[in-house]
Amino acid sequence: MENKITALNSLHKKYGAKLVSFAGYEMPIQYSKGIIEEHKSTRDNAGIFDVSHMGQLFIKGDDLLAEDLEKIFPAELKNCKLNQSKYSFLMNDEAGIHDDLIITKVAGGFNIVLNAACKYSDFELLKKLLGDKYEMNLSEELSLIAIQGPKAVKILEKIIHSVSELNFMNGNSFNYLDDSVYITRSGYTGEDGFEISMKNKYTELFTEKLINEGANLIGLGARDTLRLEAGLCLYGHDMDINKSPIEASLKWAISKNRIITGGFIGFEKIKSQIEKGTSKVRVGIKPEGRIIARENTLIFSEDNKNIGEITSGTFGPSIQVPIAMGYIESSFSKVDTKIFLEVRGKKYPASISNLPFYKKSYVKGVNQ
Amino acid sequence: MSEVKFSKEHEWIKLDGDTATIGITQHATEMLGDIVFVELPELGSSVAKDGNAGVVESTKAASDIYTPVSGEIIENNQSIVDDPAKINADPENKAWFFKLKISNKSEMDSLMNKEEYEKFSKESGN
Repeated sequence: MENKITALNSLHKKYGAKLVSFAGYEMPIQYSKGIIEEHKSTRDNAGIFDVSHMGQLFIKGDDLLAEDLEKIFPAELKNCKLNQSKYSFLMNDEAGIHDDLIITKVAGGFNIVLNAACKYSDFELLKKLLGDKYEMNLSEELSLIAIQGPKAVKILEKIIHSVSELNFMNGNSFNYLDDSVYITRSGYTGEDGFEISMKNKYTELFTEKLINEGANLIGLGARDTLRLEAGLCLYGHDMDINKSPIEASLKWAISKNRIITGGFIGFEKIKSQIEKGTSKVRVGIKPEGRIIARENTLIFSEDNKNIGEITSGTFGPSIQVPIAMGYIESSFSKVDTKIFLEVRGKKYPASISNLPFYKKSYVKGVNQ
Repeated sequence: MSEVKFSKEHEWIKLDGDTATIGITQHATEMLGDIVFVELPELGSSVAKDGNAGVVESTKAASDIYTPVSGEIIENNQSIVDDPAKINADPENKAWFFKLKISNKSEMDSLMNKEEYEKFSKESGN
């Protein structure tokens, strides 16, 4: 199947991108300076990410829609304030994760941002679950551009006035070129930043403006090292249909109130897992030395028992040590527990680590 | 000074008497991206032509290193183990990987010279 391209495809090429096939799209894995430079420039300055491959779904509706969405998602949506975003999950009855997503209450309905690889199946599933009651549009006309890093706010503010007033995990509509764009203060790097949803026709010029103001283009390679340092899950790797949000150590993303009231898909399983615990759980892992444990690396106990598997692993450019996440038998999940990772037939010592590996506080409202 | 030769696996090799110095090419580092980890063959171990002789990992993935000739490992470049970024900076000079005592000099004959290698790496596109 031919790859789709985003509205920034020719801009990627212009800036020396190495393009790869990713979730049905031709996407930049890195630009000419390479992953480490891109990673560091996001932490020190500001990085631009083309995430237009992700699904942008709008569902039109009012209070009734919020009620129906609460029957699907474990988030509080009836009480959701206008322009507030929630991180949530589309699950099956066994609380296995179809996708992780961000739901934002907007005027006239809800916006949901979906993973690229899951967006069409999510759309079909949601359509079925909502029973054709609501108008649903999975947009092909909108791009999604993220700007992340300590200087993101200053740079974006120069182009779109008053974005600095947004709180973390909140959005709003802003004027841009006599049109309206929707911006949320959110991201996937552990940095302050924004995600800008705009019509495809504006995207290239807008991105050039961000570059002119000093932000750098960042590919999927550095996006992965940034999110892993920040301890964030990548769907299809650190979570999938065989793992629940509880096993994925993401209980914080399930509303406390919804755990009591229930009524969402997967509730029984979630409730029982919270009460009884799970046999496996996602943890952060720090190998000793420089050895890198990639996805599918087996984890062993000190007495040589296979107790888990790595789901993501890389070298953290900002913290200058290798890092990984994986699923491990719960009895070994305590921080500092000593474990062994089998890499190329040899076992290397490692220990369970707190997440995130890299921490920087978000501005305004992160702890709310 | 002897001529530098190149393998299809993107290693370079320089022979000085019986001692061969081996590293990876500039072209290889460009394909790999930023290198963040290196594993070198053990001192005193014997390696066979085209056999595995270490690993490099970039931010993206792990790749095996092969030796273009057979021999016994007599020296390792510890400085690239301590700071793998040196490989991206100067792959065909300071960031050599290991030295070995070559056991069969005729194995050099099948390797490419600089011109042939440049043509090969351009044409293979990998």
